[in-house]
Amino acid sequence: MSCCAAGLVPDPRDSREEILLASRPIGDGERQTELSVPSIHCGGCIHTIERALHALPNVSYARVNLSTKRVVVRWRSEAEPPPLIETLDRLGYPAHLFDFGTEQKDPALGELIRALAVSGFAASNIMLLSVSIWSGADAATRDAFHWISALIAAPALLYSGQVFFRSAWRSLRHGQTNMDVPISIGVLLAFGMSAYETLHRQPHAYFDASITLVFFLLIGRTLDHLMRERARTAIRGLARLAARGALVAEDDGNRSYLPIEEIRPGMTILLAAGERVPVDAVVVSGQSDIDCAIVSGESLPQVAIEGSKLQSGVLNLTGPLTIVATAAAKDSFLAEITRMVEAAETGRSAYRRIADRTARLYAPAVHLTALLTFVGWMIVAGDAHRALTIAVAVLIITCPCALGLAVPMVQVVAARRLFERGIMLRDGSALERLAEIDATIFDKTGTLTFDRLRLAAAEAVPIKALAIAASIASRSTHPYSRALFAAAQEAKLDLVTFDRVTEQPGAGLEARTADAVYRFGRPDWALDGTALDVRASSAVLSENGKLRAVFQFDSELRPDANDAICTLKDLGISIKLVSGDRDEPVRKLATLLDVPCLAGASPRQKIEQIAEMSAEGHRILMVGDGLNDTPALAAAHVSMAPASAADVGRNAADLVFLRDSLLSVPYAITTARSASRLVRQNLALAIGYNAVAVPVAVLGHATPLIAAVAMSVSSIIVIANALRLGQARPLREASSRKTGSHLLRPETVR
Amino acid sequence: MNDFFFLIPVALALGLAGLAAFMWSLRTGQYEDLDGAAERIIADEDAPIRTRAD
Repeated sequence: MSCCAAGLVPDPRDSREEILLASRPIGDGERQTELSVPSIHCGGCIHTIERALHALPNVSYARVNLSTKRVVVRWRSEAEPPPLIETLDRLGYPAHLFDFGTEQKDPALGELIRALAVSGFAASNIMLLSVSIWSGADAATRDAFHWISALIAAPALLYSGQVFFRSAWRSLRHGQTNMDVPISIGVLLAFGMSAYETLHRQPHAYFDASITLVFFLLIGRTLDHLMRERARTAIRGLARLAARGALVAEDDGNRSYLPIEEIRPGMTILLAAGERVPVDAVVVSGQSDIDCAIVSGESLPQVAIEGSKLQSGVLNLTGPLTIVATAAAKDSFLAEITRMVEAAETGRSAYRRIADRTARLYAPAVHLTALLTFVGWMIVAGDAHRALTIAVAVLIITCPCALGLAVPMVQVVAARRLFERGIMLRDGSALERLAEIDATIFDKTGTLTFDRLRLAAAEAVPIKALAIAASIASRSTHPYSRALFAAAQEAKLDLVTFDRVTEQPGAGLEARTADAVYRFGRPDWALDGTALDVRASSAVLSENGKLRAVFQFDSELRPDANDAICTLKDLGISIKLVSGDRDEPVRKLATLLDVPCLAGASPRQKIEQIAEMSAEGHRILMVGDGLNDTPALAAAHVSMAPASAADVGRNAADLVFLRDSLLSVPYAITTARSASRLVRQNLALAIGYNAVAVPVAVLGHATPLIAAVAMSVSSIIVIANALRLGQARPLREASSRKTGSHLLRPETVR
Repeated sequence: MNDFFFLIPVALALGLAGLAAFMWSLRTGQYEDLDGAAERIIADEDAPIRTRAD
């Protein structure tokens, strides 16, 4: 078999095996695969992709979803998996696989929308009947309308109200109250009393109030859910960075592609260039360069030779390696990180959301007021029926309709604003926590800088040497080569063509012409016995063993990193740089950005750093991307990760930003702060409404008409106030304009 | 006044019909891909999507 993992391109066979592992059977001898294709953007894409996929053998169904940028493909399972990813790649649409199982339909959303539809239908019809009652229907008509309203309201409440009843019951059983307790009691009492009134032909029934209340609250609930769901799907759609399986060489000489969970210590794994190491392993043969950026924060590629230990998750760059697993997946570095994340999460004190904190005070206050009203009217009038009617009216009018909308509406608007800037918010509580922070810890590699390298001091390198080196480098995917090639393209240099370029994994590239041998790579390999002061971040170009040029590389700073740091300082947030990288590059970046730093930090030290600062009373935002940052992401008060972060890191972070610019961080904070201000305003409005409405109700003047008007008006006011967030000019623009002129130009770290 | 009572069941029936239509559209996935639906309507071909379903 000739397709043993070799060369620079990952073996297409592997991706087919991956497709098989990531698909699920759907019956009739077919399997279904879901692909995320982020670059789908128009009707033309739909057409191109569907036609190309249908043309593949064994594919029975292919459909693009433009809203979620995803493709569903069904194929016959007796045959080989079709080359889906290669086909899409050829069309210019990079795609990656979804795990089966993660992509089930969301039952909660369907339930909420159905409940919303039913309550909307009931509310509108009952309201129509109520309007005719309020405009003075005679007694017989009024009673008939009450009966019809009761018949509509009863099933609608039973169906739509479940959402609140269930949650209220769960909370009561645990001896707590949440917002759903006063809602459920209010709605049920209003319905019960109205049914009693209807039976006894009384003039006042609150069917409309009870069902409208459910309708309004369901709007808030559904929006809240939609917001979280959208962020979750967007995050799930990002590329998976951990390996799904590996090509294992068995004792009898056969090769098989095994899922990660089945890999045991002692198994021999064939690792192609471009693949990630699946489990902790040691190299037995081959030589290559290893990219550890996402695992340890080390920004420069490392050489892997026989005997090198590799942590799971590191990326093999240049040459094929044969490695032997030293630990099973569940004992590997990755699994250890996952355990630290869990420990950090349980250690963090549970955050109570503003709405729940309000409910804890609100529910007893409301119920006490209703009880006092009942007692008061019993003493004054001595009429149990009248006292009960008024007490229930108090409950209805204080039912937290506006309160239930006050918080979710603001958070939905804020989440949409963040979404437009490519920032995914996992849930509303993250927004509340983000508004409270006063300190930020940044990781270096991959967060403040990109994973990719760039050529430093390009102007110091002779043009001719740069052109030659870049021409050689254009054949390789090593980070140094890419950086060099990019620098040559930027300088618009004409590249030379070489007949033959060979890559020595772990050493460098060699090119031959008729009269010269050029080598680009490690100094000790490229030069003839010359003792050159070797720096870790440099490569040389040699001609027939003589030095032609030295190249220094550094990590490229994310765009606007400087602006972002300055803006954060303006917001009164203290900043610290904590990185797993070596001391020198960390210190250099810290000096450039003028922030304190801690280099060479292990994952545990990062957590300790957070614990220490929390103990001093700081609330910390952790921004990081690597595996080594993940426990810290979980331990911090709130956390952000770039889209390029490791899978576990992305899952542990509260916010994920998709764009390159680091300005996403201050933008998210200012949005969270203005959202928090609006939430407080809204809560004040809702409480102010109660302050006016409660005395009216206690004095017995709350007719169904007044209740309906008061409820609607307060809800509309709260919604309108929340929508102001959509228009408010972000603080960031104002502050960066103020400081922007004398900022350092974004520079690179050396 | 009583002559117009028949309007109430008519109104309710219309409302129920609307509700049923909404439930149907929800169940059959009409809202799964709103952006895609807007684009597909101007695609030239009317080729069935399941070209190989047999």
